[in-house]
Amino acid sequence: MAKVFEKPASFYSEFERKSAGHKKTTHYCPGCGHGNVHKMIAEAIEDLGVAERSVFVSPVGCSVFGYYYFNSGNFQSAHGRAAAVATGIKRANPDSIVMSYQGDGDLAAIGTAETVHAANRGENISVFFINNAIYGMTGGQMAPTTMIGQRTTTTPRGRTEVDHGNPVRMCEILATLPAPTFITRVGLGNSKQIMQARKAIRKALQIQIEGKGYSFVEILAPCPTGWKMDPPEARDHLTKVMEEIFPLGVYKDVSDEAEAGHWNRISKPFDVEARHAYLQSMKTPLSLEPVPLAKDLACKFAGFGGQGVLTLGLFLAQVGMKAGHQVSWIPAYGPEMRGGTANCSVNICRGRIGAPTVDHPNVLVVMNQPSLDMFEDTVVDGGWIFVDSGICTGVPDRKRLRAIMLPATEIADKIGSPKVANVVMLGAICAATGIFGADYVKETLRIIIKRKELLDTNLLAFDAGWQAVVEQG
Amino acid sequence: MTTEFPYMEVDSELCKGCQLCIDVCPKGVIAISDKLNSYSYHPAYYTGEGCTGCGLCFYACPEPGAIRVVKP
Repeated sequence: MAKVFEKPASFYSEFERKSAGHKKTTHYCPGCGHGNVHKMIAEAIEDLGVAERSVFVSPVGCSVFGYYYFNSGNFQSAHGRAAAVATGIKRANPDSIVMSYQGDGDLAAIGTAETVHAANRGENISVFFINNAIYGMTGGQMAPTTMIGQRTTTTPRGRTEVDHGNPVRMCEILATLPAPTFITRVGLGNSKQIMQARKAIRKALQIQIEGKGYSFVEILAPCPTGWKMDPPEARDHLTKVMEEIFPLGVYKDVSDEAEAGHWNRISKPFDVEARHAYLQSMKTPLSLEPVPLAKDLACKFAGFGGQGVLTLGLFLAQVGMKAGHQVSWIPAYGPEMRGGTANCSVNICRGRIGAPTVDHPNVLVVMNQPSLDMFEDTVVDGGWIFVDSGICTGVPDRKRLRAIMLPATEIADKIGSPKVANVVMLGAICAATGIFGADYVKETLRIIIKRKELLDTNLLAFDAGWQAVVEQG
Repeated sequence: MTTEFPYMEVDSELCKGCQLCIDVCPKGVIAISDKLNSYSYHPAYYTGEGCTGCGLCFYACPEPGAIRVVKP
């Protein structure tokens, strides 16, 4: 049977990009490498029988119009984001064969993060990286892969290491990651290289079809226009100069060891019912009657990070929410998870809340001395102030404020963990102010405390705080 | 065009005259035309004898549909 090499059927018969004339040629310059790679990809998806389920993700760059050529699924992603877009498409449609096709500016400059992380996750996609060492579409500016000494419109005296850094070698970088399956660099400099490129493209797609994971094919491609060379000269330049900086070869290939289907991600369809049930469970009313609120509360909780002051505020806000009130909770903390200072503002109101921050609380809880110093004066006259007297050395102004002093951390430590000092305080607040009854709070705690093994300690802590206030009278 | 021998053909209207096919042809049987096509390129053409049907020109050509190679 005759062997015929001709335009693969997975190309459109007419390329609508062309506004006039026969609509049969690409928009690429004479001698551009994109056309070659397009042709090899089109041939591969047709030969592998996956054209119907292929999705081609175009980048920003000369190949931005990929969707005018490939008669497959097409996406045109934001600059550099092709790997992230491809990830989404693949995960939502695991049967699709997803290709991201990107140039050097797209993949190795603005899209470096997406590229590296898609590779690191071993996304089951095929990435085709067209490296021509220049920004072609925008008129020949320096790219991340521009070579030292190469003149571009933005490096008119040639790229230098000191001023512009070295060309980025993506294959070498990605090959250090454990997840990728196949990483290779091929070229379009001569027939032998072109046929190797063809093989690599087919292999990358085959790996994806078998669910064997991420593959990355970097293709050194000529840009005769950007390089200011005629096409045959540009191909020579590619083999003589570019290959020195970007050596061809296979940088990683574990496709033989990779288990078929290992990187297939079976995504569960979005379950509206399950989401609804979950949200419903969040607002399950308590069996107890909601508590009327005598007064709007503006609370501030302050202490060292790690004492649980943010959680304390969150608990109180959640109790308020269960009671049917309007609540807000806003934390303020430094970058330290432990040891810095932290505070949060909680509003529990009968009506709608305006600003969620609390500048002048009527309930202040301080669990360290700096917080007492900082916030005592902000409390409104006659407001409540709760002080961990085991930690704070100072005493608030008892004439102006209703002060409750209790060694919450010591009480918590006796119960079993100093970490529940915040819930001791919660007990004290409720007992002193009478905002929520003990049963009401404890029933809420049973719902909102996720680690059930800690529930008993927390309930004991609440009772102890409540009791401490009762004993003080 | 029917023949028992392999041949290549260039659609002269789709050719952009980059000459890459000429560069890769092992037999040197492709040449560039003196004439201009309607996009003002000098297209390549098959000189008519010696093609082995290897297909290298097809893959070297950046245009999807400009070159067709038949190997009977």
